[in-house]
Amino acid sequence: MTQEYNVVVGMEVHAQLLTNTKMFCRCSADYQGAPPNTHTCPVCLGLPGALPVSNRAAVEATIRTGLALNCEIAETAVFARKNYHYPDLPKGYQISQYELPLCRNGWVEIELPDGSVKRIRIHRAHLEEDTGKNTHAGLHTLVDLNRAGMPLLEVVTEADIASADEAYAFLTKLRSVLRYLGVNSGNMEEGALRCEPNISVRTPEQAARGELGAKVEVKNLNSLRAVRNAIAYEAERQAGVLNAGGVIEQVNMGWDEDRQRTVLQRSKESSEDYRYFPEPDLPPLVVDRQWVEETARTLPELPDAKEQRYRQDWSLRPADTGAITGEKAVADYFEAAVAAYGQEDGKPQRMANWITDELFRLLYADGEGQDLRQIAATRVQPQQLAALVQMVDARKINANTGKKVLELMYGSGDDPQTVVKREGLAMVSNTDVIDAAVQEAFDSNPDELARYRSGEKKLFGFFMGQMMRATKGKADPQAARQRLQEMLDG
Amino acid sequence: MKLTKDEVQHVAELAKLQLSDAELDEYAGQLDQILAYAQQIQSVDTSAVPPTPQVLPLSNVLADDASRDSLSNDQAVDNAPDTDGGYFRVIAVFDESGA
Ligand SMILES: [Zn+2]
Repeated sequence: MTQEYNVVVGMEVHAQLLTNTKMFCRCSADYQGAPPNTHTCPVCLGLPGALPVSNRAAVEATIRTGLALNCEIAETAVFARKNYHYPDLPKGYQISQYELPLCRNGWVEIELPDGSVKRIRIHRAHLEEDTGKNTHAGLHTLVDLNRAGMPLLEVVTEADIASADEAYAFLTKLRSVLRYLGVNSGNMEEGALRCEPNISVRTPEQAARGELGAKVEVKNLNSLRAVRNAIAYEAERQAGVLNAGGVIEQVNMGWDEDRQRTVLQRSKESSEDYRYFPEPDLPPLVVDRQWVEETARTLPELPDAKEQRYRQDWSLRPADTGAITGEKAVADYFEAAVAAYGQEDGKPQRMANWITDELFRLLYADGEGQDLRQIAATRVQPQQLAALVQMVDARKINANTGKKVLELMYGSGDDPQTVVKREGLAMVSNTDVIDAAVQEAFDSNPDELARYRSGEKKLFGFFMGQMMRATKGKADPQAARQRLQEMLDG
Repeated sequence: MKLTKDEVQHVAELAKLQLSDAELDEYAGQLDQILAYAQQIQSVDTSAVPPTPQVLPLSNVLADDASRDSLSNDQAVDNAPDTDGGYFRVIAVFDESGA
């Protein structure tokens, strides 16, 4: 008999903070593409006698993030040494936070497919330093310490995530918040945002008793899709093992993107024993409440708040709000376009449609759609898009022509008025022109005309199509429809 | 409290030290004495004292986020026993570290 299992997922997310310098030294953080070991100093090389000094911007970015994730900000936070040996860790310990992290007890809300909202609790968020980079070359390992000492924010959730889709939604939301705050690039491919889910399964009976299965941690996930696929795969694998009478061992697995499966990673020689102790070289961080309040005032409007405002003030459909608020650049574009276009009579929804249907389609076709933040760089200014939609509203062009005009604007950056004039796309509502087009449709299709007049009324659509073709799609559909009706019945 | 030889061996492994059998015995005794001293201190009632991570009267020693010159690559790898193309070179390890 096949037993059903519930999936339980907790996540550890590491986000590289977008500072100018490293966490504990003033080496430049701009090391991407630099030759190895050219962004180091005695502090980040771990040379004896070097004194680390915390980066104020990294501390502030962590407090900002903590507040945005609804965390309590500690009055006192203390750095601690996490001791282990690895070539990319020159000091033999990583400076992290252990007993007294900067942020605790927060939450992130995600929307479930049925429209309900679920809270994923944040256990803690703390500051630590990144390691260097190992490159394996045969019998040797090459070590580059340019990345060593970069500020990392570690966010740890409670095990509140109950499916691969929820994990995807959580990570999407977290990444969105980090980008709104400007504290992290959100780039998973480059490793600026890294996610390590721990996954276990349990029977509903075990869940009722509050028992957990053995956790498997999965590493090596370089995209949101990889996170979702890995969790789905791993949950199914564990259920399969249990159903076959096996036992799940608490191990680390790696995600094999090519084969779309998790593979066992070499277990550490000695069991994890990090011997944390307070970092004697770094005085504690004392965060008075005034600092917290001042920081809170600098927070931008976050995606959840935006979403709510769009729905309440502008009656935007829920399906569209997420698509717009997910990236701050898209939300900024949308708001600028609405400001130029207007907020009344369902205009924001109409603008949302133009952006998510038409502009997104062009961005995707351009190969830039992987990253909708490119909307900020499109040649079509929000004011120009507003002008275009106004021309459609004013029936100067019809909606289909509007899409064509947008495409031309996207390529050239020209104003819609210029494009319409240059391409001769203005809508034709001149009766003479329409009458001539109708007559042309009649003359070319005498049989259909006879059939219509003998009662086959469904041919109306056929004539409408013929007529639109004769005007190259520019005819005012309403005027055309009316004249066609009159001339067919006349 | 008596430290076992296995425990000393474990601590030595974490510190990447290779100890002979005689050394294990010797250090077990020495570590015992240190722990006994710590135990003596632990008998003091500190229930009303908050944990003290730092004894210096300092907090929030923070630097502005402005970069300064790093070492040159030559300087950075100067003390390394083995290098290759600007990298530090060590005997191969298997990549199992996450973050
Ligand atoms: Zn440095």
